[in-house]
Amino acid sequence: MDVFKILGITAKALVVVLVLLSLSNLAILAERKVSSWIQGRVGPNRTALPIIGAIPFLGAGLTRLGLFQPLADGLKLLLKEDPVPDHVNKFYYFLAPVAAFIPAVTAITVLPFGEIVRNGTPRPIVLADLDIGILFIFAVASLGVYGVILAGWASNSKYPFLGGIRASAQMISYELALGLSILPVFMWTNAPGSQAGLNLFAVVQGQEHFWNVFWMPVSALLFLVAIFAETNRLPFDMAESESELVSGFSTEYGSFKFGLFFLAEYAHIVVGSGVFTVLFLGGWRLPFIASYYSGGMTGAVLSVLVFCAKTFLVVFLFMWVRWTLPRFRYDQIMKLGWTVMLPLSLLNIIGYALFLAVWDGI
Amino acid sequence: MVDFLFYLFSLTTLLAAGTVILTRNPINAAMLLILTFVGTGALFVLLGAYFLAAVQLAVYAGAVIVLFLFIVMLLDVETARSGKPNYPGLVAGIGVGALLVAGALVLYKRGDYFTLATLRESVPVGASTRSFGVELFTTYMLPVQLAGVLLLIAMLGVIHIGKRTRDSSGEEASHRQ
Repeated sequence: MDVFKILGITAKALVVVLVLLSLSNLAILAERKVSSWIQGRVGPNRTALPIIGAIPFLGAGLTRLGLFQPLADGLKLLLKEDPVPDHVNKFYYFLAPVAAFIPAVTAITVLPFGEIVRNGTPRPIVLADLDIGILFIFAVASLGVYGVILAGWASNSKYPFLGGIRASAQMISYELALGLSILPVFMWTNAPGSQAGLNLFAVVQGQEHFWNVFWMPVSALLFLVAIFAETNRLPFDMAESESELVSGFSTEYGSFKFGLFFLAEYAHIVVGSGVFTVLFLGGWRLPFIASYYSGGMTGAVLSVLVFCAKTFLVVFLFMWVRWTLPRFRYDQIMKLGWTVMLPLSLLNIIGYALFLAVWDGI
Repeated sequence: MVDFLFYLFSLTTLLAAGTVILTRNPINAAMLLILTFVGTGALFVLLGAYFLAAVQLAVYAGAVIVLFLFIVMLLDVETARSGKPNYPGLVAGIGVGALLVAGALVLYKRGDYFTLATLRESVPVGASTRSFGVELFTTYMLPVQLAGVLLLIAMLGVIHIGKRTRDSSGEEASHRQ
């Protein structure tokens, strides 16, 4: 492998990560706008950049949308004083935000977000087209729990500790349902004779005519609930539960270290929505239009745009739920995870296996 | 390039594993154990066994160590450390380690497991998830079933022990009343 190839791969990875981070920043802005819309408020609409903000109509519109707000927020988090409490375990206190951030960004590696047709064969637009696709995402995402648990422990104070312990118990409980809920998707994709494996591109290719969400609505629902729990979003935000635990695991964190936790949460949401789109919403495919991406570069750009649009809709769903539903109690969450989600996902697999047996028999 | 990565990951794994048993802080030990598993996973990737690497990360690094950390954090094990080593554990550990090294040496002496030809032959089995699964459910059916039974027994045992203590304490409480 020569140097230029490595440099090329690094550049591609950097571009994808930068886009993911920008999207996460925009998701934070979207959260504020959506929440204010749901609550009948206006949301951020004052921050303006000197030159762009002065353009007639356009500048005022962008300012109204709050598009410059993420910039101001990021700058504030960077320049703020960064207090480190005396009672913390310094090493793990500094490690925790990084441990939360890295898995969130790494998971994007195997997520295909578009399709390009080269010499008549469709190829995925993805950083690494791995055979184990979904398993890689699960493996990396399962490491995200260390950010929360280490932050809770290293802060050496009671509220963060409770938040960290609760959140990590919740995350490992829902990982089971998360993994089991998507098995029907791969049972369907790996029809006799296909070599799909656990590849995510093959899953999208298999949804050319009909999205998986219509074939297996129970799987989709279970997966969505498990994703909510894994990303620590309300109604499952045991990590924070600010009405009981001040600010949960991140109570002792300020300035940019808190910013990393915040960014990691939204990166998780964006990647999770992307995975949901790939598995259940047909990725970049639109229903009843079999192959409109054969147009080379135009088709490729179109496919990425369609994929992004679908992902944004799922991100919107995340926010909609957050500002609509109240929070679960901790024991309710554990009960739901072990006595409802787990048996239901096992039953779902059995039911779907029977359905497939009948389907293949016909 | 691959050689360099192999040495890098092997060194990381060995150093981390060594520090796990030498460090006195249980949190450090658990975190270094994660590093050990990540290093082993990287070695699996270099071998082309992506499935094993992902499972290694998801199961050991992602779930098992979290439970270790739970216990260490909740029980505050830090206070329980003492200067006296656990002699039966020490003997058992050295014994198992010696057996593993001896096994590896025997395999190495026999030689046929480490020729390039056999390695090339063995790659397709672990390379794709599909062939891995097919092998598991045909050639290695008996070991898979045995492992399943073993895990089932262990699970039943844990549930039984957990329930028994809770039941007996509950009974005691009701008797006292």
